[in-house]
Amino acid sequence: MNFLIGAFKPPCNVSITFSDEGTRAQVSLKKDNGQSIMVPLFQNQESIIGEVIIEPLQGKKLEHTGVKIELLGQIELLFDKGNFYDFTSLVRELDVPGELYERKIYPFEFSNVEMPHESYNGVNVRLGFILKVTISRNIVGNIVECQDFVVRNYTPLPSINNSIKMEVGIEDCLHIEFEYSKSKYHLRDVIIGKIYFLLIRIKIKSMELEIRRRESTGFGSSTYVETETLAKYELMDSTPVRGMKNSGYNMLLIYFRSFTLQKLQMKLLITHDHVGESIPVRLFLRPYELTPTYRNINNKFSVKYYLNLVIVDGEDRRYFKQQEITVYRLLETP
Amino acid sequence: MMAGVAEDEEKWLTAGIAGLQQNAFYMHRAMDSNNLRDALKYSAQMLSELRTSKLSPHKYYELYMRAFDELRKLEIFFKEETQRGCSVVDLYELVQHAGNILPRLYLLCTVGSVYIKSKEAPARDILKDLVEMCRGIQHPLRGLFLRSYLSQISRDKLPDIGSEYEGDADTIMDSMEFVLQNFTEMNKLWVRMQHQGPARDKEKREKERSELRDLVGKNLHVLSQIEGVDLDLYKETVLPRVLEQVVNCKDDIAQHYLMDCIIQVFPDEYHLQTLEILLDVFPQLQPSVDIKTVLSQLMERLSNYAALSAEALPEFLQVEAFSKLNNAIGKVIEAQADMPVFGAVTLYSSLLKFSLHVHPDRLDYADQVLGSCVKQLSGRGKIEDSKATKQIVALLSAPVEKYNNVVTALKLSNYPRVLEYLDNETNKIMASVVIQSVMKNNTRITTAEKVEALFELIKGLIKDLDGTAHDEVDEEDFKEEQNSVARLIQMLHNDDPEEMFKIISTVRKHILSGGPKRLPFTVPPLVFSSVKLIRQLQGQEENPFGDEAATTPNKVFQLLSQIIEALSNIPAPDLALRLYLQCAEAANDCDLEPVAYEFFTQAYILYEEEISDSKAQITAIHLIIGTLQRMHIFGVENRDTLTHKATGYSAKLLKKPDQCRAVYACSHLFWVDDQVNMKDGERVLLCLKRALRIANAAQQMLNVARGAVGSLTLFVEILNKYWFPHSITVFFHRTQK
Repeated sequence: MNFLIGAFKPPCNVSITFSDEGTRAQVSLKKDNGQSIMVPLFQNQESIIGEVIIEPLQGKKLEHTGVKIELLGQIELLFDKGNFYDFTSLVRELDVPGELYERKIYPFEFSNVEMPHESYNGVNVRLGFILKVTISRNIVGNIVECQDFVVRNYTPLPSINNSIKMEVGIEDCLHIEFEYSKSKYHLRDVIIGKIYFLLIRIKIKSMELEIRRRESTGFGSSTYVETETLAKYELMDSTPVRGMKNSGYNMLLIYFRSFTLQKLQMKLLITHDHVGESIPVRLFLRPYELTPTYRNINNKFSVKYYLNLVIVDGEDRRYFKQQEITVYRLLETP
Repeated sequence: MMAGVAEDEEKWLTAGIAGLQQNAFYMHRAMDSNNLRDALKYSAQMLSELRTSKLSPHKYYELYMRAFDELRKLEIFFKEETQRGCSVVDLYELVQHAGNILPRLYLLCTVGSVYIKSKEAPARDILKDLVEMCRGIQHPLRGLFLRSYLSQISRDKLPDIGSEYEGDADTIMDSMEFVLQNFTEMNKLWVRMQHQGPARDKEKREKERSELRDLVGKNLHVLSQIEGVDLDLYKETVLPRVLEQVVNCKDDIAQHYLMDCIIQVFPDEYHLQTLEILLDVFPQLQPSVDIKTVLSQLMERLSNYAALSAEALPEFLQVEAFSKLNNAIGKVIEAQADMPVFGAVTLYSSLLKFSLHVHPDRLDYADQVLGSCVKQLSGRGKIEDSKATKQIVALLSAPVEKYNNVVTALKLSNYPRVLEYLDNETNKIMASVVIQSVMKNNTRITTAEKVEALFELIKGLIKDLDGTAHDEVDEEDFKEEQNSVARLIQMLHNDDPEEMFKIISTVRKHILSGGPKRLPFTVPPLVFSSVKLIRQLQGQEENPFGDEAATTPNKVFQLLSQIIEALSNIPAPDLALRLYLQCAEAANDCDLEPVAYEFFTQAYILYEEEISDSKAQITAIHLIIGTLQRMHIFGVENRDTLTHKATGYSAKLLKKPDQCRAVYACSHLFWVDDQVNMKDGERVLLCLKRALRIANAAQQMLNVARGAVGSLTLFVEILNKYWFPHSITVFFHRTQK
């Protein structure tokens, strides 16, 4: 039996270590089997330096036709599972063909690696990075060992960060104006804003702010769009006091498409004094598992975030207005 | 139906409490094991019970109180948590992750309290944030309770002078701003309740609202407790802001309650200094607001304030409190066009009371008030509304009561003009009040003008006003009233005969217009007070200056005869006769023979022509005899005429015993002890004999009629007369002869 087991077992142990393992941050990564493992964290333009240790089993001889290490950035789409698209692929040859009798250490270095995309684990798409060691053999299969790592890219504070202001409503029923202080938020940011009620002729039960993630994969005819609501945050309870109807602003009504029958019409905002009640908005993003906004990653997928203001009326009809926000990972300056 | 609702409500409350307790239990467990995450989770769930819309304010309060108790424990837990190293800032953020707004805000307030205590951030910033965030609750009931919670936890943490949270110079402004904002928002929510739900539940809603009003009012109380809110700040910021809210909310319940609250909560001294600002608001209130009560309260408080501290009085003058109030009332009435008369009168009544208390020396103020009142009443005709008349009575009674002296009230020229608007019944009541006051305080009314004015006031009792139906008047009441008028007439007195004469003339003028029913009551006191005057004149030397215009007994007698004549026209002959005789006696004492004779003549005429009832005749004849006996000024001729007539009348009485008695009484007429020329023994005896004869005849008649011997009473009586000294003297003369 021993012989048999020995036949299927790889004849050597392969491990990959990083040179700065002790100091490098580790983050958890969820694997396919649902388990989370801790893996090192890198960012764009970093050098990935380490060693590959190959240790043949006691008394065994390992013949190979070459040893190489690859750094791969891969995108895997759900409808095309198992088929990886490599957008980054770097190779280092570690050894020429030969035989191994004892433990051997191969240092490797990928310096200033271009890793513009972040690791991402979405509904229909995954983007991951791996280091892959391949010991090529002739007759039997290659020995392959992988080590995942995570890439996160940081962005400095955007120089332009306009607020979002908008006036929406249903003609002669409801006019509101909302304002979020910024259009770009980092992951631990707070959404600060205000909602002004200019005219209310319906009975409002509550008002919520939702954060929605919209992940679209594929392009053209085979586009899959997946929308998740990550946060539901109640902003207001019951109907505020009726505001006075505001005159003196132009109304340019544009109908927006929405998933339910209820639509909020939008007017271009002309600033004016606020008459009615204002409701404060303060939503901390920290508790929600957001990622930065990804736009058109290698023509394969996009991840976008929206703030969705929802007003629920007395008959549980929902009126809403969605606004895209940009989420980024803030470069934390110590 | 109603019972069903109440039952359901009870059920919901029970369910709510159960849910609350269950989550509180888990929360405690989490707190015991220092599990912040779970504690937050369960506390949020616990607070979710407060999201219900099914409970009435009363029941909701019950639920709230339970949650409140739990939140106290949670606060302590938060505090311990910060001591264990959890940063309070993080905690402040952490509670805001709660998805539902109501639990979130309750938690936020709770952590906020810990945050302020930690002093890691200025109290004002935290308070500002809290009060701002609370805007998210727009549901009236839930919002009111949430904000009331906020007010509760922040109460001892307001930055104030001397408080540990005192910040920089603007400290007070910050606390004030905070409380004011919370107040404003709460008031908005409270007012909004009125406009929710179907119209048919209006009454119920108003009841519910009144249950909640103290939550709103408490803010004003907090404001008044802030040490740093001094007069300037109050005047410049607090009051205008509060008033702005009051005016803008346009809700009658709120306006009434809040105005009342302002008046009750802040010190009187402030009110006095901000009177103008405060008063300016009243005309802007909703027409349905019960302004009069509020304004009356204010005036009452101010007058009490004035009463308590004498130093305050100059302040009142300085700020011209009175004229401001007066103006304000005018404006209020103007603004509230459909205010009932009753309201206007109440206002003036309060103002009058205020003026009387604060400026007792300024009678012109009081008169001004009455004048304004008259202006309001004019054009409305007689007041029918019973509430209004009641108020007018109060209004008019106030000065009388205050000064304890009608004389002062008499100086108020507008006083009688107000009276004109009363109906007759009330007029009488008012007159009684006036008279009673005179009686009680023994007020001396000493000049003719005052008398004139006084009678103007009580004219409801003096004469019939535009044809009141007499039969409606209760006889007893009428007598009571007229008796009091009679008593009043007695009270009018001046030691100076000139003035007294004028007084009498004035009174005469008034009472003669009183009509036949009143004269019998009012004439006698007047006659007697005139007689009193005569006696007084008689005591003095005969007009030392020889002044033509001076009052002489003659003049008075002339007047008297006119007065009594009026009485005889009614007719009330008995009374007139008595009064004539009284006058005759007075004339006798003044040595005015012709006058006395004249009065007797009048009396005799009355006797002959008017007195027909036999009983009345007996009384009358005895009165005549009695009076005549005491007269001493008559010359022989006059006297003879009068005595002769009297004897004649006596003998003509209807019944024998009466004749007999009258005749023997006449015997006295011929013998007056202290006058030498009036001792006619013969005629005395004649009279007595005649009486005997009549007595005999009477006896016989009785015998015939009954066949028995009659009583000897008459004989005994005659014998009695014989025992009189003059009879005995006469008898002696006879025997000597």
